[in-house]
Formats: sequence, structure tokens, C-alpha cells
Amino acid sequence: MSKENWILLLFVLLLICLPLTESRFYVFLGTDILIFGLFAVSLNLLLGYTGLVSFGHATYFGIGAYTCALLMKKASVPFPLAFAAAGALGGISALIIGFFCIRLTKVYFAMLTLAFSQIVWAMAFKWNSLTGGDNGFVGVPFPQFLDSNVRYYYFTLGVVAGSLFLLRKVVNSPFGRILTTIRENPERTKFIGIHVKLFQLVAFMISGIFAAIAGALFGIFNHSVFPDILFWPASAEVLIMSLLGGIYNFFGPVVGAAILLFVRMQVTSYTEHWPVILGFTLAFLLFFFPGGIMGFLQGRFPGLGGKR
Amino acid sequence: MILGVEKVKKSFDGFVAINGVSFSIPKGEICSLIGPNGAGKTTLFNLITGHLPSDEGKLTFKDVDITGRPPHQICRLGVGRSFQRTNIFPRLTVFQNIQAAVLAHRGKSFTFFRPVDSFFQEETGEILERVGLGEYAQMVSGSLSYGFQKQLELGIALASEPELLLLDEPTAGMSVQETHQTMEMIAKITREKGLTLLFTEHDMEVVFSISQRIMVLYQGRLIAEGMPGEVRNNPEVQKVYLGEGR
Repeated sequence: MSKENWILLLFVLLLICLPLTESRFYVFLGTDILIFGLFAVSLNLLLGYTGLVSFGHATYFGIGAYTCALLMKKASVPFPLAFAAAGALGGISALIIGFFCIRLTKVYFAMLTLAFSQIVWAMAFKWNSLTGGDNGFVGVPFPQFLDSNVRYYYFTLGVVAGSLFLLRKVVNSPFGRILTTIRENPERTKFIGIHVKLFQLVAFMISGIFAAIAGALFGIFNHSVFPDILFWPASAEVLIMSLLGGIYNFFGPVVGAAILLFVRMQVTSYTEHWPVILGFTLAFLLFFFPGGIMGFLQGRFPGLGGKR
Repeated sequence: MILGVEKVKKSFDGFVAINGVSFSIPKGEICSLIGPNGAGKTTLFNLITGHLPSDEGKLTFKDVDITGRPPHQICRLGVGRSFQRTNIFPRLTVFQNIQAAVLAHRGKSFTFFRPVDSFFQEETGEILERVGLGEYAQMVSGSLSYGFQKQLELGIALASEPELLLLDEPTAGMSVQETHQTMEMIAKITREKGLTLLFTEHDMEVVFSISQRIMVLYQGRLIAEGMPGEVRNNPEVQKVYLGEGR
């Protein structure tokens, strides 16, 4: 086993031990970080690996959250089925929206992802009878077999670890390598015989599936879903997490999510000027550590998995 | 005929870049396309490889109509190309650059769950040796010198095992000595692999020494085509091209 895998195993063991602290706060924060870590990694499949800046990734997270919660509460669908349906619907909607978005490039691509995400947000916001509109969709219970915070934490840990395991396999596969050539040089990639748009679309879909899985976890975790999670600042936040942690490292976005959520929780208990602090931090980071935290660490300790 | 170009036309906003060009290239020949700057050489390459759609005319590769087909399909049929300005995958290593092209060519690019490192080590290494980059395999390609990047581009093109290779100024920006070495290498690979080569080049000495056939493009029209001796003595070519001291 490689050094990187040993470190990961150790890390997972530590996470398994987390509830032993018997701190509700850490279990809560741990669950939150795991969910957003998966969300940010799913975005980074597009951002860091394929070179597509999606500005509407909250869409798939939100679709996952609403799908799972609505199916459970309104249609009494069993949790495992509702959960799977959330991932599937996330993938299907990403396929449809992606089909249009990948026709454009660069800033036009980003704007189109934003436009679609605002359409989906508006639907959730206005469709009172289904989603509860602005008041949100509340009272979603934990599934029976996961009826405590600690159990739900373990479930989240299992799902996120499994998802990251699969995603890591994908980025280190031939398919993943072709995605990086598209990031580096889409024109040249065409001339090695690759149907670039098709690869971008598949990446978009995979990304949507895992974002929706993260969203489904999040909805149940909060026992409620609000249209806010579909609004554009949510898309911006996950972008910031990825950039903060480092987009050229597989686990960079997880690190970014962990730091952002932890620091935000600390800072907001002292001051309400969190966005100002975040803004300055981000500007500082982009100037002095453009590779994010993991990019910086990787430069110092080359052993930290230089997989691009 | 491996490549057929028939009455091809292309204009950009009223400017006629390629004005009814026709020629064909027999299998196995080394051909060059020359002409002053702005004659339309790169545009013609872009039309043949599907980078740009042509306005009129017909393109065939091995008797298959390729007019209007997208670049990746034309590449798959067996047309490889390199670019005038270097066009590589800069953050990837030299090895990964070539390996990606081999993966695409061998139809393994839709493999999701097997580690990429286990694929085509030998094949990739062979190509690296062939273009003289064996010892730089693990370097980040963007940090290579300009000349080596050009060689890498050639390697990427070769990795698709093309039958027809289009090289757009493969020696642009190289010294006289590097130019000669590179062209010798290209000619050697072409003969060994039995490829058909069409290239553009500014160094006339190189052009006339290795080409079996030369085509001269001027203001979007083909003004001469033939063996080096014929082209050299063509009065129109001398007037518009060679006479200008290139």
C-alpha cells in the first residue's frame, strides 16, 4: 500500500473514533464537513480535472436534497430508495443541463450554468405546493435505522468515504487522464481522436450524481430543505471551498470545506462580519497560494500525492 | 491516393483565404506545402483536419469522404497533425502527454476504474525514444525547452499511429542545426513507418532536400505543384516566391 493510502486509512480510523469524544458539536461539524467535502470534490471533477468552471453546482446538491426529502415525506418511499433516486435524478438533470452548457466555453459556460441554476432555484422557490416555497420543506425525519446523530454521522462517513473512493478511482483512470488533457488543452485533445464534448458531458453527469448524493445527505441531516441551498451564493461557496483547499489535489476540496466550515463556525460566534473575513482570506490566498492549501503543502512535501 | 482535395474554398468575412485548391497525395510520399506568410497554408491544414469547415469543395482520405467531419473522427481515420505554435498538455509530464494519445488511439479512454499507470508503458516509452525524449519522460512538459516541446508534439501526433501526418512548420523557431536534425528525424520516421507526410516549412534547403513533391500556395491558390526540380524552375514560383528572397 502506498504512503498516501496509509495516511488515508489512519484518517478514516480517526474519523471513526470521533463520536468517542461524546461531543455533539464535533459530531455535528464532522457530518457537515463530510457532506460539503463530497460536494466540493464532485465540483472539482469539473473544476480541477476537466477545466470547466461551473457556477451553478448547488443545483444538483439541491435537487438531491429535495428529491430525497420529498420522496420520503410526501410519498413515503423508503430511505434507501429515496436516496438512490436522489443520485439518479441529480445525474439525469446534470445530463440535461450539461447537454446545453458544454456547447459553450469558458465564461459563457460558467454563465449558462448560473442561468440554469437560477431557473431551478426559482422553481423551488415558487412551487409552494411541492416544495413549500420560501418556507422550505420541514419535518423530514431521520430514517428509522439511523435515528441518532451518531448513527447518521457513521452513515454519512460510509457514504462519503465510498463516494470518494470511487471518484478517486475515476480520476486516476484513463478516463480521468483524458479529462486532464481536456483541461490542459481541449483543442489538442480533439486531435488525439477524443470527442471532447462527450467526455465533458460524462464528467458533468458524474459530478451531478455525487453532488446530489451530498445534497440528499444534507437534507436529512438538517431535517429540512430550503430553496437557499439552490441559490447562487451556495454555488459560490462550494467554489471557494475547492479553491481554498486546492483544485489540483484530489483531497484539496475536502480540506477547503473543513477549514471554511470550522473557521466560519468559530468566527460567527464572535462577529457577524464573516463575509468580509472570508473575502480577504480568499484574496490573500489567490495572490500568494494560487494552488490552495494542498497545493502549497504538496510543494513543501512532495510525498502528499502529486496526482494531477 | 491517400488524400484528395477538390476545389476547396474558404473565406473569412469576405476575405478569400483558400480559393479553389485541388491536389491529391499518393500514399507514402513526402510532400511539402510552401508559400509566403498568409498564403493560406495553416488554413488549408485546418480544413483537411476538420478544424474549420470548408465553404465549398470536397475532401477525401483513402477514398472516404471526410468533408465536414469533426476533428476527432478524422484523427481516428488516420490523419495526425502537429501545430505551428506548440500545442501540448503543459501541466502533464512528457510521458503522460504521449500516453494520453496512445490511450485515445487504442480505444481505452472510456475505462473508468483501472489505474491509468498500468496502461501502455512500453508503447509510450517506444514513442518517447523515437522522438528523442526518453530521458525527459518524467519532466513536466511545460518546462521543456521550445525545441523539445516541438519534438513532443511530433510524438503526440505519432502516438495515434496516423497514415497521413500533417506537420505545420515542425521546425518553427529552431536554429539551422536543430532544423536539420529534426527534419532528418521526421524523414526517418516517415520512411520506417511507411507514412505519408505533408508539411510546411520556411527553410527552402530543407524543403528541396527531403520533399518528393512540392506544392506552392500563393494568395489562396495553388500556383505550382510537382517534383522539386520542376517547382524550382517554374517562372511563376520564382516571381512570387523565391524572387522575394522569401
